[in-house]
Amino acid sequence: MATQHSRSAARLMMAPAVVLLLAWMLVPLTMTLWFSFKQYLPLRGGDLGWVGFENYVRFVTSSAFWPSVQATLIIVGGVLAITVVFGVLLAMLLDQPFWGQGIVRILVIAPFFVMPTVSALVWKNMFMDPVNGLFAHLWRAFGADPVSWLSEASLFSIVLIVSWQWLPFATLILLTAIQSLDSEQLEAAEMDGAPSLSRFWHIILPHLSRAITVVILIQTIFLLSIFAEIFVTTQGSFGTRTLTYLIFQRVLESQNVGLGSAGGVYAIILANIVAIFLMRIVGKNLDA
Amino acid sequence: MGRITLDKVTKSFGEAEVIPPLDLTIEDGEFAVFVGPSGCGKSTLLRLIAGLEDVSSGQIRIDGQDATETPPAKRGLAMVFQSYALYPHMSVRKNIAFPLRMAKLDQAEIDRRVTGAADVLNLTDYLDRRPGQLSGGQRQRVAIGRAIVREPAAFLFDEPLSNLDAALRVGMRLEISELHKRLQTTMIYVTHDQVEAMTMADKIVVLRAGHIEQVGSPLELYRTPRNLFVAGFIGSPRMNFIEGETAARHDAHTIGVRPEHIAVSQTEGEWSGVVGVSEHLGSDTFFHIHDTGLAETITVRADGEVGFRHGDRIRLSPRTDAIHRFDKQGLRIG
Repeated sequence: MATQHSRSAARLMMAPAVVLLLAWMLVPLTMTLWFSFKQYLPLRGGDLGWVGFENYVRFVTSSAFWPSVQATLIIVGGVLAITVVFGVLLAMLLDQPFWGQGIVRILVIAPFFVMPTVSALVWKNMFMDPVNGLFAHLWRAFGADPVSWLSEASLFSIVLIVSWQWLPFATLILLTAIQSLDSEQLEAAEMDGAPSLSRFWHIILPHLSRAITVVILIQTIFLLSIFAEIFVTTQGSFGTRTLTYLIFQRVLESQNVGLGSAGGVYAIILANIVAIFLMRIVGKNLDA
Repeated sequence: MGRITLDKVTKSFGEAEVIPPLDLTIEDGEFAVFVGPSGCGKSTLLRLIAGLEDVSSGQIRIDGQDATETPPAKRGLAMVFQSYALYPHMSVRKNIAFPLRMAKLDQAEIDRRVTGAADVLNLTDYLDRRPGQLSGGQRQRVAIGRAIVREPAAFLFDEPLSNLDAALRVGMRLEISELHKRLQTTMIYVTHDQVEAMTMADKIVVLRAGHIEQVGSPLELYRTPRNLFVAGFIGSPRMNFIEGETAARHDAHTIGVRPEHIAVSQTEGEWSGVVGVSEHLGSDTFFHIHDTGLAETITVRADGEVGFRHGDRIRLSPRTDAIHRFDKQGLRIG
């Protein structure tokens, strides 16, 4: 059916969307690249001309860089570990038939629809507040001293908040994967003498491996850029300054657009490396 | 050893009673086939024996031991599923070895048994492939391999050939029969295909709505079907049933004559009719005869070379010694 005519009509009709998308992507990208090679200090003299790769060198050699990489890795790794482990467990639980299944499934997915800023504020003020938070009350109920979560266990707190947001996503993807498992395989394993733990290790987990990989890669891309949760809680203090937050600080707090842009370019490269892996795995999934 | 006894076994799913009280004994070394139309409870019955479903009441004994509450793995039975249920992420070798690994056998013994099974089933060249890289027939053999390495008391087959094409099905049918002759192990085989039942079974169990309609050897069922259902189910094409006056002349409510027991002729015969569709199989030809005044259509088998054409009026004569008579309740007379 793809005649010459219909093909050119299709191109014409897709053109506005494609042009818009390109502009949306290319303009900021080009500007970031452009500024990353400039000494640009809006409040301290404005555009001070080209400086070559100096911004790139300064960004990675600053004392804040490696700690920020470390914080990023801890947050991303921590959230991934929590969401995958609990995602698998929750998915298996939700796969069981029980009364009120539909409502429970919707409730489980709900946190995903809460805006990051809102959920972080709720966690900060209602749960983790050392005076009035629920945790503080709980601790006091047992006679313990309340923990100031966001300063004493800052990284862990942020991992907790972000995990709460992303757990539904992992659960949802893993639940659909579990539902696609042929029940005869499990029955065959049962006949073959595999107790339930062995069935989990030898049948369910391998079946979920692709879904888990997809969850890990998609989440990594999004987790590398978490910002709101840090902004409304610790503002990057107590060792919670991630790479994304460092770039924000370089641009807005130090008013050094060139330096921040160079950091942005690093972040783009990093995200693209993950994206390439993701595309290959998702692509392979579609082939099979 | 593998003598399986079902004693007043029932199964209900909620309100619905799928298996009413049922007694059945399958002798050691027997090839028993459960056959019946879809939804007759034959797969459920197999799953009860396997332990994948719990019985609602009654007792299942394996070699005299009460196995009603025994978990599936401990019953010493191996099952081949309709979808084969191979583990897609494991190689053929690992698939076959899986039950042995679960039984914690030592590696040398596992290797010995896997190699032996692969040898028997012509899988030696495929041991390192994944199930996804195999054809339907090969997957079927892997599933059987996974069953035989366990050296079970009995094999359970749940419609194992229904996903194969016709040619392969005939081949696998022979292979399974061959395997049974060699291993002399009890096999229970579920199918809706009466040809599979007739060709493979020592004992056929015809089921309808959870009830056992008749148990017997293939030829017993063919020669002396106990009721109309069995008569219609066993034999292909199905038996012709004639009611009314013609049946009354044989002192029966219904008489049944198999297509192969009616002779066709241009000139002579008790009944007459008009040829409708003819199905030429080469060796045989099946004519569907209309306007006989006996039943809507009468199917007859003739030699492959008999060349009646659509619309020809011909005459039919049933073999009088091969007329089955049934009473009003559909039960066999005499």
